[in-house]
Amino acid sequence: MASDVLVVAERSGGQFGDITFELLGKAKEIASALGGKAGVVLLGDTSGVDALGAADVVYTIDDPSLSNYNPEATEASLIGLLRQVEPRLLLMGTSTYGLDWGGALSVAWDAQLASYVVGLSLEGSDIIATSQLYGGKLFAEAVLDGERGIVTAIGGSFPAEAGRTGGSPEIVATSATASAGKVTFGAIKEPDKSGVDITSADLLVSVGRGIGSQDNLELVQELADALGSPLSASRPIIDQGWLPKPQQVGKSGQKVKPKAYLSFGISGAPEHLEGMRNADLIISCNTDENAPIFDVAHYGTTVDLFDLVPELAEKLGQ
Amino acid sequence: MIFDPTLAVVETRKVFAGEGPGTRAIFYLLSLATLVTFFAGVGLRLRKYYAGRPAAEGRFWRPSRKGEVQDVTTKPGLGAGLMKVATNKTVRRDKPSVGLAHLAVFWGFIGLFLATSILSLDYDIVRNFSRFFLGREYSFYHGPFYLAYNAVFNLAGVAAILGTAHLMGRRAAHKEPQLDYTRAFKPEAGYSRRQFRQGDWLFLWGLMTLFITGFLIQGLRIDEAHFPTFERWTWMGYLVGLAWHGVGVSAGLAAHIHPWIWWFHVLLALGFVAYIPFSKAMHMVTSPANLIVNDPANTRRLPQVPNGHSGYTELADFTPKERLAFDACTKCGRCHQVCPARTAGAPLSPRDLILDLRQWVDRQNHIPALLDREDRPDQSGPLAGETTLAGSVIASRTLWSCTTCMACVEVCPVGIEHVPTIVQMRRSLVDAGDMDPTLQSALQNIAQQGNSFGKSARMRARWTKGLDFTIPDARKEPVEFLWFVGDYASFDDRLQNLSRSVAKILHQAGVSFGILYDGERNAGNDVRRAGEEGLYEMLVEHNMAALSSANFESIFTTDPHSYNTLRNEYPAYGLEKPVRHYSELLTDLVLSGRIPVKALNKTVTYHDPCYLARYNRVMDAPRALIEALGCQLVEMPRNRTGSFCCGAGGGRIWMDDSFLEERPSENRMKEAVALGVDVFTVACPKDFAMFSDAVKTVGQEGKMVVTDIIQLLEEAFDTDRAMAMSVAQPQADGADANPGEGVSSEQGPQ
Amino acid sequence: MRIVVAMRQLADLVEELEVDDSGTDIDREFVKFVSNEWDEAALEEALLIKEQSGAEIVAVALDEPDVDQTLYTAIAKGADKAVKLTGLEEGWVSTHSRAKAIASWLGDQQWDLLLTGVQAADDLDGQLAGILAAQLQVPHAAVVVSAQTEGSSVKVSQELGGGTIVEETIALPAVLGIQTARQAPRYAPITRIRQAMQSGGLEEASVAGDLAEGRPTVRRLYPPEKTGHAEMLTGSASDVADKIIELLRAKGLVKS
Ligand SMILES: Cc1cc2nc3c(=O)[nH]c(=O)nc-3n(C[C@H](O)[C@H](O)[C@H](O)COP(=O)(O)OP(=O)(O)OC[C@H]3O[C@@H](n4cnc5c(N)ncnc54)[C@H](O)[C@@H]3O)c2cc1C
Ligand code: SF4
Ligand code: SF4
Repeated sequence: MASDVLVVAERSGGQFGDITFELLGKAKEIASALGGKAGVVLLGDTSGVDALGAADVVYTIDDPSLSNYNPEATEASLIGLLRQVEPRLLLMGTSTYGLDWGGALSVAWDAQLASYVVGLSLEGSDIIATSQLYGGKLFAEAVLDGERGIVTAIGGSFPAEAGRTGGSPEIVATSATASAGKVTFGAIKEPDKSGVDITSADLLVSVGRGIGSQDNLELVQELADALGSPLSASRPIIDQGWLPKPQQVGKSGQKVKPKAYLSFGISGAPEHLEGMRNADLIISCNTDENAPIFDVAHYGTTVDLFDLVPELAEKLGQ
Repeated sequence: MIFDPTLAVVETRKVFAGEGPGTRAIFYLLSLATLVTFFAGVGLRLRKYYAGRPAAEGRFWRPSRKGEVQDVTTKPGLGAGLMKVATNKTVRRDKPSVGLAHLAVFWGFIGLFLATSILSLDYDIVRNFSRFFLGREYSFYHGPFYLAYNAVFNLAGVAAILGTAHLMGRRAAHKEPQLDYTRAFKPEAGYSRRQFRQGDWLFLWGLMTLFITGFLIQGLRIDEAHFPTFERWTWMGYLVGLAWHGVGVSAGLAAHIHPWIWWFHVLLALGFVAYIPFSKAMHMVTSPANLIVNDPANTRRLPQVPNGHSGYTELADFTPKERLAFDACTKCGRCHQVCPARTAGAPLSPRDLILDLRQWVDRQNHIPALLDREDRPDQSGPLAGETTLAGSVIASRTLWSCTTCMACVEVCPVGIEHVPTIVQMRRSLVDAGDMDPTLQSALQNIAQQGNSFGKSARMRARWTKGLDFTIPDARKEPVEFLWFVGDYASFDDRLQNLSRSVAKILHQAGVSFGILYDGERNAGNDVRRAGEEGLYEMLVEHNMAALSSANFESIFTTDPHSYNTLRNEYPAYGLEKPVRHYSELLTDLVLSGRIPVKALNKTVTYHDPCYLARYNRVMDAPRALIEALGCQLVEMPRNRTGSFCCGAGGGRIWMDDSFLEERPSENRMKEAVALGVDVFTVACPKDFAMFSDAVKTVGQEGKMVVTDIIQLLEEAFDTDRAMAMSVAQPQADGADANPGEGVSSEQGPQ
Repeated sequence: MRIVVAMRQLADLVEELEVDDSGTDIDREFVKFVSNEWDEAALEEALLIKEQSGAEIVAVALDEPDVDQTLYTAIAKGADKAVKLTGLEEGWVSTHSRAKAIASWLGDQQWDLLLTGVQAADDLDGQLAGILAAQLQVPHAAVVVSAQTEGSSVKVSQELGGGTIVEETIALPAVLGIQTARQAPRYAPITRIRQAMQSGGLEEASVAGDLAEGRPTVRRLYPPEKTGHAEMLTGSASDVADKIIELLRAKGLVKS
């Protein structure tokens, strides 16, 4: 049985996301237990390859067709590589990559797939994946007992440090596999970063759907001003157009790691947690004592935000 | 026809004294033209009314009242309508001085109209007919009749003048907001309502000039005739004659001036009559007619959706009654004054709504309006052509601003029912998906879970968990009272405590009551008023199924909104049991001694919920309860049917209210604060929520306490006596159906 | 242009979910099923395409609890047709099985574009769009936030992490997993839903397959232990505010 574990690197602007190192750390753990190699697949150019020292092998597919995001081209090349390497396990993030390619790869490569994974271990030759289902309300322990497996993991589930260790991996350059050419890349648009930068702040005041209406935002803005911190938000606030996109925290927004994160009226959906769970101190206000945000928060309160926020702002204003 | 108490001879006078046959011919020709114009105008309006959609199947003006349990207001009908018209009751209400002035003008005008008609009857009909058929001219316009005629109609004329003068004075001197035509909804490109103001003054001055010239002519005639003694019966004319004489107008000069003023008077009168159907003056006809076809039940029990439409979308949807109502509006502005939406700075004024609809409907029907229309530089709003009604002629923001508090309907002196029309238009907004996202999600939640909170339907009775007894499930065991709890009282954390208090008190009083548990759904009152008729019907079907599987004698609710729809609307879907409000039930229990209480000695004020006081006339019960608990009640200036809305009704509680300048609940809280009391009593769970919030937002936290009547009762509850009572008289006989009236002697501090 | 919107029912997350006796699935008996919210976004995007450039919309779903409601609602919102795929056992259908069922039905259909929700809260074995596309061997894209048809292709915007958007053009037929529509899903007035019900517009088609195909064996389903639950601050708003300020001060985040 195959014993290698492959990780698809996620890279934007030449920088690898934490997820790559998290997965790589995990890949090493499992591969070494299986007696195989931990490999990273680097699509497009090879920039940043030096950061992947923790890997045993780095497969590069340096091809212009892959330099831009293109699900069709990437999948074709990945399948080509998978058939060549035949690893036991392929790891991706449950990011756009995983959501977009995971399913298609599982069909094309004929592999078992586990999504939303937050825990991964080996039991004998079986891979045991723990997935977060039903919006985090239930966990499922699934057994990947087939010859091939694909796991898409939720960011922040594994320590990234384990994937950051140095080393000199073997670099294997492979070539791209041609695709049917039905998907044509158009343009890439970076979010407007001219506004508030929430990623570099030490303290963030963050607000969610519990705020109710756009006008109530003023309340929280006042608090943020009193604290001298930027205002960030969960996705619904951005979807409504109440705050600009760069202020969104989470999977499809910014990943933040401030010294303190104050959340008001945010339920703590996995996608949101993904963006902020690594903050040093998390204090959450949510009237629902069962809100999942309290599972990651260090301190919590069920006081109504409409009572708490003005109170805080006032005390800080003095 | 026209008022013309001019000329006279011995105990009578010659009609057309100084005018030759040519003049008469001109007069009659002009009269004819006037009548043709008048009736053409009236005809246009009638055609407009009769093109309307019948109010209900087989009913032209008013839907049938079948299926209604109880009436809370006077039954509609010709008699009741005429009574209101004759007494000007609705005009006098709230504004006695204006009402009296109007009553004077009203009867004065009718008097003068009668005077002219009688004269015309004598001169044009009796005399002509007798001459033609009998060969001899008869007349009744002489002798005692003539004297009485003049005496009485002089009185009418004087009343009309005084009344008109008062109304003119008020309009000129007082800058009351209701007389200011500033719109609540400001159209983008601007607007002008100068014509409204001009029309008002033209109407007033026209009347005034008519009345005065009438007397001037009478005076001249008497002066001309050298003041015959019998003309002293024509007391005012006589005085005016003396005045003419006093300023040096001799009999000869009088004869000279007379025709000039006469012609002026006649032309003015004819012009006025011709002008009526195209102006504000039309209200003389349309308003009484509207009061007659008005049915106060229409707002309490909303009308059906028009056939083939989900709401009002086009001209053809308006019923005859609505078309008439638009014409009946006198722009008095009373609704504008009391409307909580307008007060709060929302883009809705019921007056503007009616006036816009009138102008639009008239334009669609090609009915000209003289000095009675709004001008706009663009073709927006009422000037729009054939376009979507809701959302275009009337802005959707306007329609969504209404709390359906019914204050406008209550004060409207001419019986206009704004709320059903607003809801009909909201229905088409709902159909088009033109609504607040928060309302949309509330409706979605109600559709899916049966409550606006989006909580699982099975959690509805979870609040009962905190009780140390089990409330019977009325679907499983028979109970006397079925408590229809409602969404807010079931799901809102703050209000669940109140619900538990109600349960505990009733339990302690040994009342047999039960609830429907997860069988209950939102009663639908506000869903219906938000315009989601389909969802309303779904809820009714669901609730009716649960209700019919339950065994109970009567229903009570804590929520006045549910109360309204259960009491007034569910009967049409088959509910036959009486519905009461907990304030009524608790009052009975306290007054009959079943709930022993101690005096609280507090001074409190009480907020009448719209759906309790205005809609259903439950006003005495909560007051009796408050007093029975030994509290002194200080009334707010706006109380009982004149109560001011908290802003939550009609689905507004699900919509964003942050754009308001001042929330209605804050406005109301300030009113209470000004009384100097520190307890604000409510009898509605939503009110508790709204005002608890308002106390904070107006900065009265800690100074004013919002308390539900059940909390007062809980505080006053006499535990010792209750213990003694339960020993003396075990709870078994607690099922005595309707607890007796009156206070037993040892009862509460009265 | 014929757009198929694949929809599905899902346990209502508002409800408390319980695990059944097998310990590997939720207790489906008492749970309430509602339409998957991302599928509603997919339907909305389809309706927007229809409004913009004309299209016939067919909503399709497996026969799952209360699916009729979802399909009738789709019709009420503007779908031209709704199809219910029957024949599969009741239970936790894997995404691979679901895809197979839909693919087999699509086999004898003429279609150009298939939209579905980017994900569902129980799609352990992956998301429908990619799996279905791979089975049908057509191109796909997921996490799509805008789809506009242009002749025989569709212009899509996909959202990468951090708010970055990629635009691409995909030749039809194609499958898209919709993340959000260009506007919030519209409201379907109950009257319209009822009208749709009265005219009884649901078509049925039978499909075959087993439930759990392609899904790794679930050996345990359990609510997460509340480990590391936050320390709760209680008291009045003012007390809580004081404590929070204290915590921030300890981190040096509040001056003085
Ligand atoms: C591919 C994908 C990417 C996503 N990306 C992101 C992302 O980047 N970021 C993100 O945030 N989400 C993201 N989401 C959406 C995510 O699934 C959730 O829908 C979202 O995070 C919920 O936001 P929320 O917590 O503000 O709202 P809700 O879940 O509605 O929570 C509101 C909370 O406020 C509480 N509340 C209400 N009133 C009060 C009050 N008065 N006082 C205190 N508390 C109150 C309620 O109890 C509730 O818990 C993504 C989803 C997908 C599928
Ligand atoms: S019902 Fe109340 S809110 Fe609505 S228009 Fe009338 S007065 Fe205004
Ligand atoms: S609708 Fe009634 S209350 Fe309002 S302005 Fe017209 S007449 Fe007056």
